[in-house]
Amino acid sequence: MNVLQRGAPADRQAKALLNGQRRDMADWGGTAIRLTDISKVYGRGQGAVHAVDRLSLTVGSGEFVCIVGASGCGKSTLLSMVAGLDAPTAGSIDTHGRRVAIMFQEPALFPWLTAGRNVDLALRALRVPKEQRDRRVAELLETVHLAEFAGKRPHELSGGMRQRVALARALAQDADVLLMDEPFGALDAMTRDLLHDELERICAERRLSVLFVTHNVREAVRLGDRVVLLSSRPGRVIEEYDVPRTGPRRIDSASVAGAASMITDRLREEMRRHG
Amino acid sequence: MASTRTPAGAGGRPPAAPSDATQPGAEASAIAGLDSLEIGLPSSGTEPGRIARKAWSATWPKLLAIALVLGAWQLFYLSNFHGDTTSGLIKGPGAGLANLWDQLQHAQLWQAIGTTVQTAVIGFLLATAIGSAIGAIVSRIPPLRAATGSIISGLQTMPSIAWFPFAIILFGTSVRAILFVMVLGAAPSVANGLITGVDYTPPLLLRAGRTMGLRGVALYRHLILPASLPAYLAGLKQGWAFAWRSLMAGELLVIIIGHLSLGILLNNAQDQQDLTGAISIMIVILVIGIVVDAIFTKADRAVRTRRGLLTDGQPA
Repeated sequence: MNVLQRGAPADRQAKALLNGQRRDMADWGGTAIRLTDISKVYGRGQGAVHAVDRLSLTVGSGEFVCIVGASGCGKSTLLSMVAGLDAPTAGSIDTHGRRVAIMFQEPALFPWLTAGRNVDLALRALRVPKEQRDRRVAELLETVHLAEFAGKRPHELSGGMRQRVALARALAQDADVLLMDEPFGALDAMTRDLLHDELERICAERRLSVLFVTHNVREAVRLGDRVVLLSSRPGRVIEEYDVPRTGPRRIDSASVAGAASMITDRLREEMRRHG
Repeated sequence: MASTRTPAGAGGRPPAAPSDATQPGAEASAIAGLDSLEIGLPSSGTEPGRIARKAWSATWPKLLAIALVLGAWQLFYLSNFHGDTTSGLIKGPGAGLANLWDQLQHAQLWQAIGTTVQTAVIGFLLATAIGSAIGAIVSRIPPLRAATGSIISGLQTMPSIAWFPFAIILFGTSVRAILFVMVLGAAPSVANGLITGVDYTPPLLLRAGRTMGLRGVALYRHLILPASLPAYLAGLKQGWAFAWRSLMAGELLVIIIGHLSLGILLNNAQDQQDLTGAISIMIVILVIGIVVDAIFTKADRAVRTRRGLLTDGQPA
């Protein structure tokens, strides 16, 4: 039942949202990603920068984990390492042989291809035969509600539509782990809200495991099954919050706002400690 | 609470819950965020008035340019510089254009144009093939890139005409000598264009391509080459300009018996002190250069428009 309907004060609602039963990985039908004591150091000697320091994190199969932290906490570095674009200096990353797709803050679509061909290219890279590709592209664009925009080039689409195409392209990669690096950071609140609904629906339908990086605490509480708070420089896990899925969540609901402000307070405290 | 998530322009329709996206009308509200305002309405380019205005705005600068040139010519003629007008050496634009018209009636000029254009095409294609091959190899092998980068830039600063003695000694007075110099002049530009394009492939697209599983040849074919196309086209355009200049210098310097070209006609005009005839040939050379340049500009614009790098009405 939605905490809102009980009419409880905001504080209690927030606590109700955050202090749910701590779930075991078994509830998630296994582990999708396991990061064990990973560190990333750029440079050597005196000038070395510790971007990530002995960070351990597990994402359950089908779980939606949001990582929140101030800028410079190594969030993007973390995702690059999980995606295999970057190697950790120490520690191990286990994706259990799952395919991993990544989405960035910019759609990163190829400007010389139409929306449909952008999605098609991801299928080609997987060597999907031509006969199947056309149908799959149509299905994927249908999934993100862009079926009639297949022939448009990226610059003819709005920012939100471009991110939808990028999402379709990520889904085309047949991945069961989706890494998202502030994918909605550049969109207006209204568009972002719509995309939250879509993402939630698609992830539930496809049982995707998601590691979602954002600096927007409300967005994290809105979307996540779990919110992980990272400290800055070096990035380390300070706190984890379980957000039980009791019913549909709205980014502007009192419970989400209350939970977000609790997490923000904790984040502020951490930032004060480190200057 | 519900009203705050009704999309702009949806007119108070109740918000579509994620589950009922199949219901009619849900499609529109599902994709329409505030940012849907970003998508401009397609401009209607079919009304006759608009087409005429567009044609006029494209034509008048060219007409004005021609008028300015003819005006300058007329002024030079009227100034009687060195007394050349009274001696009959210089003729006015009217007589000059009549001379050009007359020459255009004769097969000789057309034969010369045919020969020159043929050499130009062969030389440019050779330069493109060699330049592209060098560019592709050099951009793939970093040590080679470091070593040859300065050689390629250095070659570009070398005036191609300085290569002719070398080429004539090596190949004799032949078309091969001209082609050799054209390739030396044009290939570095083509290679440089490709290398620049590869170097400036956006890193974000490379990251996206790699996570999609594009590797090796596929990465080149589907990402790096298309991404470098605008820079490559710019290289081709510059390469053409160098090839064309080298060709003209070559046709004036390397006189081949029985080989009728625009350069030979220009040389003949010089030998006969025929200033008006020389101007006619120069106009032909100028027109060929402008036409080819226009083709490259059109290709460049087409590529940039397709990628949204050019907004409507922006000059090339």
